[in-house]
Amino acid sequence: MITTALTDLWYGFGVALEPHNIVWCFIGVLVGNMVGVLPGMGPLATISILLPLTFGIKPVGAILMLAGVMYGAQYGGAICSILLNLPCHPPHAVTCLDGFPMTKAGRGGAALGATVFASFVGASWGITEMIFLAPVLVRVALEFGPAEICSLMLLGLLAGSTLARGSPLKGVAMTVLGLMLGIVGTDIETGSERFTFGMTHLDDGIELIALALGLFGIGEFMNSVNQVSTVNAKYANVTFKDMRPSKEEMKRTIAPMFRGTLVGSLCSLIPGTGPTIASFVAYATEKKISKTPEKFGTGMIEGVVCPEASTHSSVQGDFIPTMSLGIPGDAVMALLLGALMIQGIVPGPQLIKEHPDIFWGLVASFWIGNIMLVVLNVPLIGIWVKLLTIPYKYLYPSAMFFVCIGVYAANNDMFQVGETAVIGLLGYVLLRLGFHPAPILLGFVLGPRFEENFRRAMLISRGDLGVFVERPISAVFIALCVLLIALQIYVRLRPKKNGPTVPAAQGAE
Amino acid sequence: MRKRDFYAGGLMILFGLVMALKGPSYRLGTLMHMGPGFLPTVLGIILIGLGIAIAASALTTPEGEDEDLLPEHPEWWAWGCILASPLAFMLFGAYFGLIPGTFACVFTAAIGDREATLKSAVILSAVVTAFGVGLFSYILQIPMPILAWRGL
Repeated sequence: MITTALTDLWYGFGVALEPHNIVWCFIGVLVGNMVGVLPGMGPLATISILLPLTFGIKPVGAILMLAGVMYGAQYGGAICSILLNLPCHPPHAVTCLDGFPMTKAGRGGAALGATVFASFVGASWGITEMIFLAPVLVRVALEFGPAEICSLMLLGLLAGSTLARGSPLKGVAMTVLGLMLGIVGTDIETGSERFTFGMTHLDDGIELIALALGLFGIGEFMNSVNQVSTVNAKYANVTFKDMRPSKEEMKRTIAPMFRGTLVGSLCSLIPGTGPTIASFVAYATEKKISKTPEKFGTGMIEGVVCPEASTHSSVQGDFIPTMSLGIPGDAVMALLLGALMIQGIVPGPQLIKEHPDIFWGLVASFWIGNIMLVVLNVPLIGIWVKLLTIPYKYLYPSAMFFVCIGVYAANNDMFQVGETAVIGLLGYVLLRLGFHPAPILLGFVLGPRFEENFRRAMLISRGDLGVFVERPISAVFIALCVLLIALQIYVRLRPKKNGPTVPAAQGAE
Repeated sequence: MRKRDFYAGGLMILFGLVMALKGPSYRLGTLMHMGPGFLPTVLGIILIGLGIAIAASALTTPEGEDEDLLPEHPEWWAWGCILASPLAFMLFGAYFGLIPGTFACVFTAAIGDREATLKSAVILSAVVTAFGVGLFSYILQIPMPILAWRGL
């Protein structure tokens, strides 16, 4: 098993090292890193903006680039948190707690340096996990019938919506809304048009890019306009030279780094617990283990390194169910899966076999991309710091142009630009009412496949709903769903304990 | 009572009602042979249930800090500008081409900011237009005329 995995990986490096693929990967991590630094722009908005531009390139290059944006943004987000105390991206919110005090004490550079290193270790572990776990999962998943796929999707949807931020009830409501939006358009089996309200432009359904850019672009801009104050970068004078941690700091980072990696990889195995939860758990663990817990929050390098390592290991781990089962764990993964589907590739357990170049190329490119990021982050830190001071009043109008042209370029259809504006308004209303729109994307991407498999399962079982609990594997998934719901109710009824307080995260997830 | 949560539940009930009432018109079918209306109707009913649950739990929890439907400082002008920006892109893009479309789009969005001046908006729009046209028209070759006159 190990030898096949290694041969496949070798093949993957061959794919990822093809000159054009390296270039796409590089563009991806560069843009992602840049955008991760920019306040108020999340990886979701960036990937959706870049999505239409990838139609012209081959599927492998496209997915390498989009994945690069995603983990590139993770590196960028840490810079924002440590140097400016701005939790631009939720997974890095907890890094602010000790990162910013370090910056104030003049050790910001060292914190960044240690973070880059820890991130790389975390990511490497996540990738290794993917290499060995994904093929095993696939072997199991290939045996799945429609009933199993249905219950698995149900579990994925429930986990993705209840374990994310905010109220679980609202999360589930958003997922259902996403499933509904996925229904709009022509029904595959009968050809009847559903919820198009007479608009022929909607026959092909709502465009994924329009939905993503509406919710995470326009909706988010409406939420942040005139709210984002100019960044105070007075502590952020970090140069290349400052980035080397002292010997003593180095020694203190090693153990937390590995603990963080472990926490992250455990979190990624539970569907729906994304990097944000991983980073919080890691920070809490580190504080508990530490001999001096009272010092946390005053600039402990352990409190920076541990959550960052866990975020990265969990991000890479999230690719496992996405690529091997076709079940995305969060909205970013859903978007990546959507990108594959636009390229005409059917996600699911057959993906690794049918498109080994995509899967193994992606795995290999993770390493290449992460090395690129380490190399990029160190010398370019000065430029990233300058980027941080771009005022929002220049940022969002420019982004609006990219939103419009991106949606237009997807199908050369002006109607969809208007569609995006309408979805944007809806997105803002939802945000204002305390919903987090990310699960909508999850439901939207999985919706059509869920309906197809549900119908098929019902046809096979002759309309007997009992099939979901009679087949053993499916019953396990359903049991997990019930457990998840029971757990949520338990957590709700239990008196609240005080968790670590963290500055409220702003910006898209 | 949490006012915002209450309305959030209400909005979900509304969406659910649309689905549940419109769904059956697409033919429900049976469990074995599901029609196109089956899933929308079921989802609609689930969403109504979730909406009721959200609204009901909002009624029983004490009021939080920020319970107005509108934010503290409503940004009507900025919101209008942001939403008008794609429409400007559609209008100017369809009739006059990429350059006017881009300029109108960025300009409309830019004047939404409280600190924006006419001059800063024009400069920003011009810069983005130059960059955008270069990137999308020449490098990525998007099939949209740079300048056109389609009449009104």
